[in-house]
Amino acid sequence: MNLAEAIRQRFPQHVIAARIFRGQQTVVLKREGLLDVARYLRDDAAQYFDMLMDLSCVDYLKFGTAQHSAPTLVTPSPLPYYMTPRPVTETWERGVSNDDYRFDLVYHFYSTAHNHRLRVRVPVAMAHTTVPSLTGVWASADWYEREVWDMFGIRFTGHPNLRRILMYEEFTGHPLRKDYPVRRRQPLIGPMN
Amino acid sequence: MAAQPLGHSATETRHMFLNMGPSHPAMHGIVQLIVELDGERVMGCDVEIGYLHRAFEKESERGPYNNVMPYTDRLNYVSPLINNFGFCLAVERLLGIEVTERCQYIRVIMSEISRITDHLTCIGASAMEIGAFTVFLYMIKAREWLWELVEAVTGARLTISYGRIGGVKADLPEGFAEWTRRVLEEVRKVVLECDTLLTRNRIFADRMQGTGIISKERAISYGITGPFLRGSGIVLDTRKSQPYFVYDRMSFDIPTGEHGDNYDRYLVRMEEMEQSMRIIEQALASIPAGPINIDSEGRVLPANVMVDEAKMGQVAGFKQVRVTLDPTLQGSTRGPHEAVYSSERRVALPAKEDTYGNIEGLMNHFKLIMLGHGLRPPAGEYYSAVEGANGEVGFYVVSDGGDRPYRVRVHPPCFAIMAALPELIVGDMLADIIPTFGSVNMIGGELDR
Repeated sequence: MNLAEAIRQRFPQHVIAARIFRGQQTVVLKREGLLDVARYLRDDAAQYFDMLMDLSCVDYLKFGTAQHSAPTLVTPSPLPYYMTPRPVTETWERGVSNDDYRFDLVYHFYSTAHNHRLRVRVPVAMAHTTVPSLTGVWASADWYEREVWDMFGIRFTGHPNLRRILMYEEFTGHPLRKDYPVRRRQPLIGPMN
Repeated sequence: MAAQPLGHSATETRHMFLNMGPSHPAMHGIVQLIVELDGERVMGCDVEIGYLHRAFEKESERGPYNNVMPYTDRLNYVSPLINNFGFCLAVERLLGIEVTERCQYIRVIMSEISRITDHLTCIGASAMEIGAFTVFLYMIKAREWLWELVEAVTGARLTISYGRIGGVKADLPEGFAEWTRRVLEEVRKVVLECDTLLTRNRIFADRMQGTGIISKERAISYGITGPFLRGSGIVLDTRKSQPYFVYDRMSFDIPTGEHGDNYDRYLVRMEEMEQSMRIIEQALASIPAGPINIDSEGRVLPANVMVDEAKMGQVAGFKQVRVTLDPTLQGSTRGPHEAVYSSERRVALPAKEDTYGNIEGLMNHFKLIMLGHGLRPPAGEYYSAVEGANGEVGFYVVSDGGDRPYRVRVHPPCFAIMAALPELIVGDMLADIIPTFGSVNMIGGELDR
């Protein structure tokens, strides 16, 4: 039995979906269940994920709707057919509806004992972007969660020191959100005049 | 004279806060350590990682997949080839394609050369920081020879942009194997020389042994990988545990330490260089020849002549011709592309001979380069892990089916180590920060991306 199925059977109330894509296993969890499942993942003998290898976030604001043309292109005429936005036939299955959710937190776990990996995704709604912190379970969560807060503005409840880590304190906004413009400048960056 | 309040004395003792950085000589990057000192003993530490941002992840979302390649160079400028191949691997697996066998061997060889240059830099620089300047010079000399190899293959030394999705930029130059073997012999001598200078050196050992200790459990909890983790005694190497490219065909050992201190990490890195040389030699001995369809007439054309001829329609036999380019472009049109590129035409850029020489190549090129076309992996995600010189370099790529990555996330190995840095140096002396920080091998480019 694969790992994702084991989690689904153990926590049917927390698991939204489980799937395998290109040989990599993913479990989609409700955020209420994150802490329970995390402890189980670390402590269960069959899972034993002693490493939180990576934590990142994906902003699904523009998923599948991006206009595939040059961002600076200005043309008075209608866009040619190959530049028009493609219709959104299906967004990639996340187990939750697209209207409610915006972010996905993506945890990558690795087990040094069993040499296997697992990806856990936690969808987060725009309305309440708080997620339980995993700092008590893995030490590496500390900086990764600070980074996600810095870059995406997702708060982690229970984090001991949720400060910005890559940007400076006075920075406004969260640069890796899809609605943060690439070329936006902030007052503290750039030439003095 | 007013009576002094009880408990007040003429002297007082309190902890001192000291800012190290943002530009301490031991700190390659704009990192700042705020250390709390009791005398010379470090009682607490706060790490501020700097503002070097080139916004790698944000910029990657802007352009097509192959445009990410130059940015990955700059993540770790000491071993950029590994970053290149790591990103290529993520996208290739997302696409579900496999590159040619010869290309995989080339990737292994170039990755291992990068690993040696990285370790040479790391050890040399940290030895210099604690006073052994000669070692630094010797090691940089050896690194120079390796970088000459890199330059001959990629056309550049640091920002090499050699990886391509579905292949590499060009095949190895002629005489590469012989040259590499010669260089490795010389590098071995240098490593031996530095080993003689350092390993049993009393001053060096005293400063490295017993400083910057981290236990197995804490190292794992912090998500530390690479030589740093192996110094704590854990046998974990992505090349062995989850082999990619053709690492499973190579025989090599994973050196480990047992104390988890700076000295063990130094020894691990020294041994890893030897193991990397083993891998390179094996790979050179067994690298398969790709399909050779060039140079049947032994002709060599300058690139501009070739373009001119192609414009006049004189394209007969172009695929049999080797092109000479000026040195800045060396390699981009060298020889048998079929040997190093995937056969997937919807992914791999065609050889420049084809782009200039026939309409199919031109169309293929345009379909991959033009806006609104290009490489389109299916909607999905992939996390690929390769063993960087510093630990696991992970690329997490999310595609929405478009021609540019929806999200690219890098897992930088030294980020986890820097997170553990306070724990490493608290309790040690102020001077111990220097060797500890050296063994972290912080790379600003990948740390704050």
